[in-house]
Amino acid sequence: MGLKPSDFKTDVFADWCPGCGDYGIMNGLQMAFAELGLEPHQIVLVSGIGCSGKEAHNVKCYGVHTLHGRTLPFAMGIKVANPNLEVVAIGGDGDGLGIGAGHFVNAGRRDIDMTYIIHNNGVYGLTKGQASPTLRLGVKTKSLPRANINEAVNPIALALISGYTFVARSYAYDVRHLKDTIKAAVQHKGLAFIDCLQPCPTYNNVNTKDWYAGEDRKDASGKPQSRLYKLEEASFDPTVRDWNEDFKKKVAALEKAQEWGDRIPIGIFYKNTLEPTFQERFSKRIPFYMTTPPAKQKLCDDKGYSHVNLQAFVDDLKTS
Amino acid sequence: MVKKQMVKDSINWMAGGPQGSGVDTAANVFGRACGYGGLYVFGRREYHSNIKGLHSYFHLRMSNKEILSNINDVDLLAAFDAETVVRHLNEVVPEGGIIVDSQQMNTKVLGIPTLPPEFREELQKFMNENNVGETLNDWLEYAKKRKVQVFPVPYMELLNQIGQKLGVTQISKITRMINVLTIGVSLALFKYDRGLVEKAVRETFSEKAKIADMNVAALNHAYAYAEATFKDNFKHRLEKTDANEERIFITGNQAVAMGKVLGGCRVQTYYPITPAADESEYLEAHEILKTSGEDEAIIVVQTEDEIAAINSASGAALAGARAATSTSGPGFSLMAEGLSWAGNNEVPVVITYYQRGAPATGLPTRNGQADLRFVMHAGHGEFPRIILASGDIRECFYDAAKVFNLAEKYQMPAIHLMDKAMANCSQTYPVFDYSKFKIDRGQLLGEKDLEGKEYRRFSFTENGISPRVPLGTKNGVHWYTGDEHNETGHISEEPKNRVMMTEKRMKKLELAEKEIPVEDKLAFFGDQGSENIVVSWGSPKGAIIEALRLLKAEGLSAGFMQVRLMSPFPADLIGKALAGKKRVINVEDNYCGQLGEVIKEKTGIAPNYHILKYTGRPMTTTEVYDALKLILTDKASKRQVLMYGS
Repeated sequence: MGLKPSDFKTDVFADWCPGCGDYGIMNGLQMAFAELGLEPHQIVLVSGIGCSGKEAHNVKCYGVHTLHGRTLPFAMGIKVANPNLEVVAIGGDGDGLGIGAGHFVNAGRRDIDMTYIIHNNGVYGLTKGQASPTLRLGVKTKSLPRANINEAVNPIALALISGYTFVARSYAYDVRHLKDTIKAAVQHKGLAFIDCLQPCPTYNNVNTKDWYAGEDRKDASGKPQSRLYKLEEASFDPTVRDWNEDFKKKVAALEKAQEWGDRIPIGIFYKNTLEPTFQERFSKRIPFYMTTPPAKQKLCDDKGYSHVNLQAFVDDLKTS
Repeated sequence: MVKKQMVKDSINWMAGGPQGSGVDTAANVFGRACGYGGLYVFGRREYHSNIKGLHSYFHLRMSNKEILSNINDVDLLAAFDAETVVRHLNEVVPEGGIIVDSQQMNTKVLGIPTLPPEFREELQKFMNENNVGETLNDWLEYAKKRKVQVFPVPYMELLNQIGQKLGVTQISKITRMINVLTIGVSLALFKYDRGLVEKAVRETFSEKAKIADMNVAALNHAYAYAEATFKDNFKHRLEKTDANEERIFITGNQAVAMGKVLGGCRVQTYYPITPAADESEYLEAHEILKTSGEDEAIIVVQTEDEIAAINSASGAALAGARAATSTSGPGFSLMAEGLSWAGNNEVPVVITYYQRGAPATGLPTRNGQADLRFVMHAGHGEFPRIILASGDIRECFYDAAKVFNLAEKYQMPAIHLMDKAMANCSQTYPVFDYSKFKIDRGQLLGEKDLEGKEYRRFSFTENGISPRVPLGTKNGVHWYTGDEHNETGHISEEPKNRVMMTEKRMKKLELAEKEIPVEDKLAFFGDQGSENIVVSWGSPKGAIIEALRLLKAEGLSAGFMQVRLMSPFPADLIGKALAGKKRVINVEDNYCGQLGEVIKEKTGIAPNYHILKYTGRPMTTTEVYDALKLILTDKASKRQVLMYGS
């Protein structure tokens, strides 16, 4: 087939502010889908509410733009009904870690074979810049009347302890890195999480593009020292090859997750394919689950009569 | 206080004891045993929101004719503990009996630790007014004066004998058999076929042969003891009869589960809540379905909350599975936003809604019908929905299947409205005939239908229904959004599109109203030509039908209209049925008379009488009969509030 990233574009006008990280994430998705050799109808992009929620309309594949915080439940339902679909859930940091935090944690327990990308910019953009759960204590972005009074959630650490089997971070302005991370996440067997850092050019005047690029910390030659560094270039090995090393790898990932400020790691923190996915767990009980999942069952004959024989229930209940 | 025994062709047995002492199991064994003997059984289960210790009871009514409800009378009370005697003494009819632990006779009634203070006050008042002493023995003496027979049985002594016989010394294992002991005594008093009871015990414990053996031994020991001790002292007899048909003894939870499977439900999500969770667990236990050869299974997912439950179910429905979630009031409150999304996106998701005592946590294990208004309007904005309200366990089964057809044909969320009384009551029925039920998936397109065409999920059509395509279908890529959207499913805030989309969604309701058959909207019983008409919905149905039969025998006539479809609301049909009636009597388990209010709002006809109950206990035939009789003989106030039940 050989689809190009442009084959995953729609004619819907992307209405984000100039310089918004969402453009990068949208491009990353389109590039990753093309390189993975997927066709639009094989993918379901599930989004939440906020600027990032609209992204589902800008990518040509099945798009389900849901409710605030409920991206993961919708995505889970879709994947459970038809596990052969490639399900990618996207949402903002407030969506996934504030209003939807319960779903974030519980999705990890199920290891559903899908991908979840959080657009992490520290603010609620569409409601004009309130602090999101990833904004640090004491930070005052420009539309906050007071400095943030809450401590931040650490998305990487939360994903790790919630049971996500692929935990990564990327950066919206490094589209190549993001695209590769998305590809790895989609290809991962199990629930993959990407914490995608992105500036909000309108409301987050603290963690800006220049801040990430290290424009404020130039070396002697005047070259900016980027705050971001790549785990894969720092000889960090995130892969669990044996259950015996799982704990050690998780602890190493948690340590890495603490880094912030002048050195922020991006890349894959943790990867474990030993854990049985939700789909594998069901398949163990229902051998035909993957071949005839709920969405593909015919239910009835051509005349509409149900295939089901209720005798098993009747045998339980009969009084004769 | 004590009603005369009104319905002579049934026998009523009640077992009561602390939660966790096997009251349910006892009722199940007893019910099965009666079923094996060809009898019809109606069972009502009452329990506290508690795991162990608080009072629970099961009221079983048996007859050789089909029975539809409970009555107030108890012919034989099997009391596992003193509290059961105290709570139900006055329900036992003269000539009825009480099986009681003879070793508890000196128990001081007001000292029973599980009695709440407000109930203790009531007891004190009763004791003062009737000159009843403080011990259980005093209470039983009072009962005897009312010609109630008392059958004292030394529970622990018998249990120890049984334990010795079986070589079991562990006290907890022995006391667990109190329930079977009382069944043995009960059925010996009734002179019922011991073989059938033994069969019921074995069937109930079919997966644990050892426990079955123990219980059979206990049963036989108790049966023999009672036969030898009480001989023919008890006047009521329970006689087996020929059933000559296959029957089931089934709860509403089970009927819904069976109906869902038949109706094609293949994904069920839920968050644990009483009285809905039993249905999901029952489904999960049967996940691989028996079919005519095809691979079919239902996936049951316990989600982290009801918000996830509704939205996962919607996701599954979009992917093309028939999907449902099951909950009660508090859970449905959390689902409101998801319901609105499903309405906006025309998602055929099914919600089984078991009402219970509300508001807030309310009476979590008790009955209520106070959520009608809520379910009709829940969710922000205007969007269409189907609401189908079952009135008995048989209807639960068929409606649970049917509701999926309605959801998919009209592409809207569909609510199957239930209540706790139906969920937890159990009833004997001939095996449900489902040979005529057909699955209708509405306008559902596949890959081939779409070849070479441009597909729009929300295309404007004459009747508002746009053909649906499951996510993942080749040639069918489309979008959904909670925002207002255009035909393709992309966000649109254009006024003209907004109007067209709103009208498209809403007019599907007109189509549904036109197409849904009358029998799914309303059901009529009794004398339709009468100047009196009872209107009701949900679980009071059985009690109303039985009460009307009794009244008819006394020359008092009334019709009964059961409202089944709450949305689209069949206002025209109801208006016609009520026009010109002298007495319109609204019967509901709530304070406001919500159905009556809705009827008034939609038809302009207000019921002129209300029979309401909000104790959390379902209506009985007896009390509906009493209230209707007062109304039909012009002796009643406009509002009758029913109070029966512990």
